[in-house]
Amino acid sequence: MTRATFKVWRTDPASGHYNTYSVDVVPGMVVLDAIHQIQATQQPDLAVRWNCKAGKCGSCSAEINGSPRLMCMTRLNTLDLLSPITVEPMRAFPPIKDLVTDVSWNFRVKKAITPFTPRPADAPDGTWRMNQRDVDRVQEFRKCIECFLCQDVCHILRDHRLNDEFIGPRFLTYAAALEMNPLDAADRVPELRAQHGIGYCNITKCCTKVCPEHITITDNAIIPLKERVVDRFYDPLTRLLRVFKT
Amino acid sequence: MSTSEDLHYDVLVIGAGGAGLRAAIEASAGGVRVGLICKSLLGKAHTVMAEGGVAAALANVDDRDSWKVHFADTMRGGQYVNNWRMAELHAKEAPDRVRELEAWGAVFDRTPDGRILQRNFGGHRYPRLAHVGDRTGLELIRTLQDHGVHRGIDVHMEFTIVSLLTSGGRAAGVVGYERDRGRFKVFSAAAVVLATGGTGRAYKITSNSWEGTGDGHALAYQAGAELVDMEFIQFHPTGMIWPPSVQGILVTEGVRGEGGILLNKEGRRFMFDDIPDAYKNQTATDEEEGWRYTQGDKNAKRPPELLTRDHVARCIMREVKAGRGSPHGGVFLDIAWIKKKLSHAEEHIKRKLPSMYHQFKELGDIDITKEPMEVGPTTHYIMGGIRVDADSQMSSIPGLFAAGECAAGINGANRLGGNSLSDLLVFGKRAGEYAARFARENRGVAVDAAQVRQATDAALKPFDHGQAGENPYAIQSALQEMMQSLVGIVRTDDEMQQALTELGSLKARAANAGIQGHREYNPGWHTSIDLRNLLTVSEAITRSAIERKESRGGHFREDYPDKNPEYATFNIVTRKGAGGEMEIRRVAIPPLPPELKQVIEEQKS
Repeated sequence: MTRATFKVWRTDPASGHYNTYSVDVVPGMVVLDAIHQIQATQQPDLAVRWNCKAGKCGSCSAEINGSPRLMCMTRLNTLDLLSPITVEPMRAFPPIKDLVTDVSWNFRVKKAITPFTPRPADAPDGTWRMNQRDVDRVQEFRKCIECFLCQDVCHILRDHRLNDEFIGPRFLTYAAALEMNPLDAADRVPELRAQHGIGYCNITKCCTKVCPEHITITDNAIIPLKERVVDRFYDPLTRLLRVFKT
Repeated sequence: MSTSEDLHYDVLVIGAGGAGLRAAIEASAGGVRVGLICKSLLGKAHTVMAEGGVAAALANVDDRDSWKVHFADTMRGGQYVNNWRMAELHAKEAPDRVRELEAWGAVFDRTPDGRILQRNFGGHRYPRLAHVGDRTGLELIRTLQDHGVHRGIDVHMEFTIVSLLTSGGRAAGVVGYERDRGRFKVFSAAAVVLATGGTGRAYKITSNSWEGTGDGHALAYQAGAELVDMEFIQFHPTGMIWPPSVQGILVTEGVRGEGGILLNKEGRRFMFDDIPDAYKNQTATDEEEGWRYTQGDKNAKRPPELLTRDHVARCIMREVKAGRGSPHGGVFLDIAWIKKKLSHAEEHIKRKLPSMYHQFKELGDIDITKEPMEVGPTTHYIMGGIRVDADSQMSSIPGLFAAGECAAGINGANRLGGNSLSDLLVFGKRAGEYAARFARENRGVAVDAAQVRQATDAALKPFDHGQAGENPYAIQSALQEMMQSLVGIVRTDDEMQQALTELGSLKARAANAGIQGHREYNPGWHTSIDLRNLLTVSEAITRSAIERKESRGGHFREDYPDKNPEYATFNIVTRKGAGGEMEIRRVAIPPLPPELKQVIEEQKS
């Protein structure tokens, strides 16, 4: 049987280190299988988050050989098994233990975005009418499984740590899903500029590259929102008109 | 051992899947203080895995549909041992619960005239499942989550309950631990709602995540509540079987709803070979008629691939046993064949079944638009659970409520696809509403310190044993192998008696489980606690299955292969006896009221 070597990040009181484990490789295996095998046979207290093991819940985010990936969707046959495979936690979030990080900031950020606010119902029975072509783009954003890999890779959060000023690609996508929902009647453009820091994004598209749901975050969500902010607050003609109005 | 701070809620909801979230939202609307406990992070519960849709007789696609047809379909699918009052409430209230989701931000697929689109599914007479491609569960949980966080609910994530506390025969609160620090917390509550999902992890091949360890079933049982119908387990006919690491992952019934067909290795469409009498006049006579049905022809009858899940799973087992299976011990599920019928088939499949396309492409190296999938049965759902009052969802313990998969009654012997998402909305709402009402009328219960100490001492046992104790993962895996082979899809008395013996020795091993490390985020410790719950539910499943000496729905006995009408008159109830042993008894099903009986008769034609 083929074997593979895994270098898995383990926390210790000082900071952390890599532990090396040898794992049996079976057909079709993914990185999460290897972590489970290590837990069951070598290191029962190895901490990892996971749920569905089918790429649908977004729990098992990690950095595999340095790339932000879902462990359950990373096949071993896509990795070079001749060298050790490194598995470490998402580095943009505070560590809890081993591969588990504190992602609670994301839940707080989401709560601060103006929630869905539907327009009055279209029909007397309280229902609405929408065309499929009008909901297609919203449905793309709603595929998000909240794995936070886009947040992990975003340099504004990861390197500059501007978490207090910038909500990150996940929540710009969330805001886009609300703004582009045909039923929604709220206006989030001012808050996107003032509180959510949309201006910080300089469209390097790293988020789009790592999205396991293949959501075109930058082009379809962030850029259209940026255009709305620019049109409202920075368009010279609009500004001029505003001067005349006041 | 000291416990950290005590918190008090009027209503405490355990579990944050669809049922728990819906219950918390409703309880909060009832003006009481609500706490919500998640075993994982918020929004990761097993509801995200639901693919095909939510069943509700909206009649947007076929105006012949109504609550009556949905009710009759649910009863027929459950082989008439359902709690008929639950089936009635469910069919009547599901449409409002779905429309409400749209008002909270859910974005369903649309009909050409802009309403919520509905698709065909097994056992449903008309297209009934409101859906979003094949990720309906994600849409549902995200909608409830995003709505719920603005409703003043206290959410406790990564928190596991180890014991329910009672006082004077009433629910009084819970003891649990925070995963990150491993600290115990005691919550008192006037009413507790269990919404903990299923028990799939008792089996080796399952579509369930690590959370599905029957926590609510076991907590309720240990506190003295009754369980019912525990012998009825749904083995979903189509799980992935190859490669080994994906074994058990669900392949949505939506594949068959969109025209997918089942073939054996000879290329024969074997589902036409055995059509149950109760479904003969609803099933297509040939392949052409079946195809027309999937394409919305209202005069066509449904293809046999869309018979109920219990039946399809058994037909697949029959083909495999007869040596007509696929190379890895399943059968073929083919959606690619529709390219003979549709010019844009490839694009159509990717649009209607996007996550199936990715799942097979990325995990199985199969392009489902070009080649068939290999599939076989996987443990998916338990129809049995906590016995509740149909209207209020209160269990046999006052102040203890249950909703969703951990509660029982609506599904009878077999659940129809799509009825789970609607179940958790309808009865999640009801549980929240009645729990809030109970809390308003019955405030103030004292938590018993002795019960707390007993619970925390028991939970810490594996640390006392340390490395000298047995590895809990090994015991869990032995249990899963045993249940899979002895209390699986095909059951006999001999094998199940053997299972009881083995459960005895597994219990002894579990009592001696030991773990290394400290209490902070220690999965070995969590596994040892989950194991106690799995052993309790496995015993309830086995004893109930021994008691039902017939075959019905998800329960198939090789030694009693036929349905026995006498067994249609009662449910099997499990309870903890005075001496701590498990008691099994038969409880008569109340007679159907004449008006519901008439609905069923009308729908038989």
